[in-house]
Amino acid sequence: MSGVRVLVGTRKGAFVLTSDAKREKWEVNGPHFAGWEMYHIKGSPADPNRLYASQSSGWFGQLIQRSNDGGKTWEPVGNKFAYDGVPGTHQWYDGTAHPWEFKRVWHLEPSLNDPDTVYAGVEDAALFRSTDGGQNWQELSGLRGHGSGPRWQPGAGGMCLHSIILDPKNRERMFIAISAAGAFRSDDAGKTWQPINRGLHSQYIPDPNAEVGHCVHHIAMHGSRPNVLFMQKHWDVMRTDDAGDSWKEISGNLPTDFGFVIDIHAHEPETIYVVPIKSDSEHFPLDGKLRVYRSRSGGNEWEELAKGLPQRDCYVNVLRDAMAVDTLDSCGVYFGTTGGQVYASSNAGDSWTPIVRDLPAVLSVEVQTLP
Amino acid sequence: MIRVLLPAHLRTLARVTGEVQVDVVGLPTLLSVLDALEVRYPMLRGTIRDQVTQQRRPFVRFFACQEDFSHEPPETPLPGDVVKGAEPLLIVGAIAGG
Repeated sequence: MSGVRVLVGTRKGAFVLTSDAKREKWEVNGPHFAGWEMYHIKGSPADPNRLYASQSSGWFGQLIQRSNDGGKTWEPVGNKFAYDGVPGTHQWYDGTAHPWEFKRVWHLEPSLNDPDTVYAGVEDAALFRSTDGGQNWQELSGLRGHGSGPRWQPGAGGMCLHSIILDPKNRERMFIAISAAGAFRSDDAGKTWQPINRGLHSQYIPDPNAEVGHCVHHIAMHGSRPNVLFMQKHWDVMRTDDAGDSWKEISGNLPTDFGFVIDIHAHEPETIYVVPIKSDSEHFPLDGKLRVYRSRSGGNEWEELAKGLPQRDCYVNVLRDAMAVDTLDSCGVYFGTTGGQVYASSNAGDSWTPIVRDLPAVLSVEVQTLP
Repeated sequence: MIRVLLPAHLRTLARVTGEVQVDVVGLPTLLSVLDALEVRYPMLRGTIRDQVTQQRRPFVRFFACQEDFSHEPPETPLPGDVVKGAEPLLIVGAIAGG
């Protein structure tokens, strides 16, 4: 019988939540790596039992863990992330030059085809790849070498490469996003990169329409339409229909277009989800009401989804990698909060139920749909 | 044989309880003990000192025989009681954060 496995990274460990396809009864397994920050855990599309996890702490640095049995057991693999050549400088918050320094891995993206190949998005922003199951990591330095690196700057969470999207129809094409630099595309499997930020408008940088410097919070793609991307920017929800060559705003009737997450229905590529957050200075839902917003038209027209979610005194945040969908017939949608709740909807967002309520602050949520 | 006491998180990572012991060829120094520790427990690479710079992580301290060796050069010989095995080298996570 099919089921789902929800991989949850938190400030103090990782949790694996499992259920059958009904998604009514859940088994909670964890904490794995108790006490460590688990920025991201993700499974290989080519082998669902192969998982990769980013484990870090302010004391002991970065580790990468690998599981070959769906998260029951883990082994540490390689954790040497050395920038290629002299790393150079990027902008600091005040615009001064600041040396590139490795801090942590924000996002792990396993290859669509090979369980031993995995990409890592790191802070300070760079993209690394391992082709031996995480034992050794090489920087794809064409990204930083593209030339705009000295103009990148950290967002409030650090200068992180947080989104990695692999094109399922074109192995040469991939997308990444950096806060605060923007989105980038490679058409040669990561060797060279170009910024794809035309149409983004950000009033917090000197030139609001600059080539780079935009605080992109997350991007999402539906595998059936790899030229269409959706973006939650610092402010503004955006879409592109030409693989990032141009973007247009689709915030429409959202009550606020600040937020972090954005994701897409598994079977309806024009159905997208965001969680509006009040503002860049108040990282919690408007009016203390936690609400997901869904558009069934690819943006602009949004409907509020609040059934089952707290509608008073709720002041949590939903971080950029903390929403995911399953691929069951009735699409499941999941998100985690900084208050430690993981909410699930087995009906595409119409109603929500907490799987767990009291985890440490949730940093990331990924879902595997199991046969 | 040099006795080393790791902080709790690194004991868990190395899958050990209590102190660990490492053999060092020649005069035991911070450097030679850390090298031997990482050979014996490769999962500790990068957790005590940066893998690229080999610098001590800022929130990690080295104590031995009631002395702070955190800021001593890596080639500094360890105290006699540590060399004799009477005292452990303490690798400590700084008290910070929550």
